[in-house]
Amino acid sequence: MTVKQISIFVENKEGRIKKAIDTLAKENINIRALSIADTTKYGILRLIVSDNEKAIEALENDGFIVKENEVILLSVPDEPNGLNSTLAVFDETGINLEYLYAFVSSKTDKAIVVMRLENMEKAINALNKNNIKILDTQDIKDL
Amino acid sequence: MFWNEKAECMNKEEKEKIQLERLQKTVKLAYENVEFYKKRFDEIGLKPEDIKTLKDIEKIPFTTKSDLREAYPLGLLAVPREEIVEVHASSGTTGKPTVTAYTQNDLDIWGECIARGLKMAGAKKEYIIQNAYGYGLFTGGFGIHHGGNRMGAITIPISAGNTQRQLDTMVDFQSEILTCTPSYAAYLGESREKAGIPLEDINLKIGIHGAEMWTSELRNRIETSLGIKTHNIYGLTEVMGPGVAQECKQQNGMHIQDDHFYPEIIDSETGETLDYGENGELVLTSLTKTGMPILRFRTKDLTSLIGEKCECGRTTVRMTRITGRSDDMLKIKGVMVFPSQIEKALLKVHGVTPNYLIHVTRPDILDEVEVKVEASKELFSDEMKEMERVEKQIQSSIRSETGLRVDVTLCEPESLPRSEGKAVRVIDEREFE
Repeated sequence: MTVKQISIFVENKEGRIKKAIDTLAKENINIRALSIADTTKYGILRLIVSDNEKAIEALENDGFIVKENEVILLSVPDEPNGLNSTLAVFDETGINLEYLYAFVSSKTDKAIVVMRLENMEKAINALNKNNIKILDTQDIKDL
Repeated sequence: MFWNEKAECMNKEEKEKIQLERLQKTVKLAYENVEFYKKRFDEIGLKPEDIKTLKDIEKIPFTTKSDLREAYPLGLLAVPREEIVEVHASSGTTGKPTVTAYTQNDLDIWGECIARGLKMAGAKKEYIIQNAYGYGLFTGGFGIHHGGNRMGAITIPISAGNTQRQLDTMVDFQSEILTCTPSYAAYLGESREKAGIPLEDINLKIGIHGAEMWTSELRNRIETSLGIKTHNIYGLTEVMGPGVAQECKQQNGMHIQDDHFYPEIIDSETGETLDYGENGELVLTSLTKTGMPILRFRTKDLTSLIGEKCECGRTTVRMTRITGRSDDMLKIKGVMVFPSQIEKALLKVHGVTPNYLIHVTRPDILDEVEVKVEASKELFSDEMKEMERVEKQIQSSIRSETGLRVDVTLCEPESLPRSEGKAVRVIDEREFE
């Protein structure tokens, strides 16, 4: 049900993000979604890529710290207030959001939202109960 | 203007005669009563009688901090234990602390040295000393206190911290003398300005500051913000505590109380004795202490000696401002810190690598420490709050190990400089000139 995201530790230093992206490009890995959370000293680069295994290997070989973990992907209407009905579900069930980022694809008129929640299991249950479709790896391959 | 004119202004011949007599007495006391010294002497076939001139002191082996540590707690006493009335100790965070034990005679000497310093700085018996050095095992608080008592001045044992109360005390008691670390003095000066207390409302005249390295810029800052003249004071727990040396009003080198402590400068590498004026490591020998006499203690402090008579009239040998330490021990905000302590603290946190760099700076007037640590897969997380938690955990581990609040920066693996052999762990960018 969930999709695996990779996170990369990047120092806030010139060229580090570019280096990470270059590493992926060399291996022909496609980046579907990307977000960065940063402090003044470092950032956490979060990516949804076409091939996690290959990506992790390549990045680690280049000295990066990489982690893989589960995130929930949803498609929401690409219109004002599109995201709120989903967030309301979590509000009602009292599940905290750790982070969220979104992207759009030319192949769909919906926006894709990537989410990490405090309690992933509870979140998935809540979404199922509300009949909100969770995207899986196959779904995003087609995007 | 002199507390003890005879001692502080005697001519070279008199001084050397007294020093030699006292040195011979101390050597005999140490050799006959302290196992450690006897063993050291016997190993090289040295007898107390072999010390015939002051120059012969060079025959005596050095004593180091680790020797004191091995003798923890009271292994170096030269008198029966019942004669000891007070002890002080270094923080001891690197292992066993080093302890110094004092007889009543030793405390009197300590008080005498501090009283000389107070007088040198212009203190009068009717002055009030606001003693903002920490009271406890640390020698600062009690050392000044003994001196204040010796002089007969009112000593307020306010200890370090509680800035509001310090300011209130300055205003309410109209204290004339402030004794504390230079960084705290600067902080108090700033706090006075921030609190909007006019200089006219306080009555401070003299500042006596030591226990950490400080610059002339910081001195200016303190003098302006508190309206005082400041005096650098030097000492160390292993030898006695503050008061071994202090600046007079000339602010041109610290007068070593050389009828109680015999100074030498050595080359840190070779151990060879250097001449006056040459920069090297200060070595001190106590000449009058009886509880725990100390022979040729390597202070690790880098300085040079000035032999000429000072314009203030004193003939005591002066030492210049400490320019650094011969080993890797850092004095940060007055606290002694070894890189090994930081390492120990880091390694207590799960997933932290032993690849780190301690970066010490003084952007303004206070020391700042940034500890850069290479991150590892174990401590990396996709969640920012988890990363922050790790940083805080490292921070508090270092804090409980060293007492210091440091800035922790996580770095990428292999990003810190590696060197062949001894790793570069410390970059100290503070300037003490």
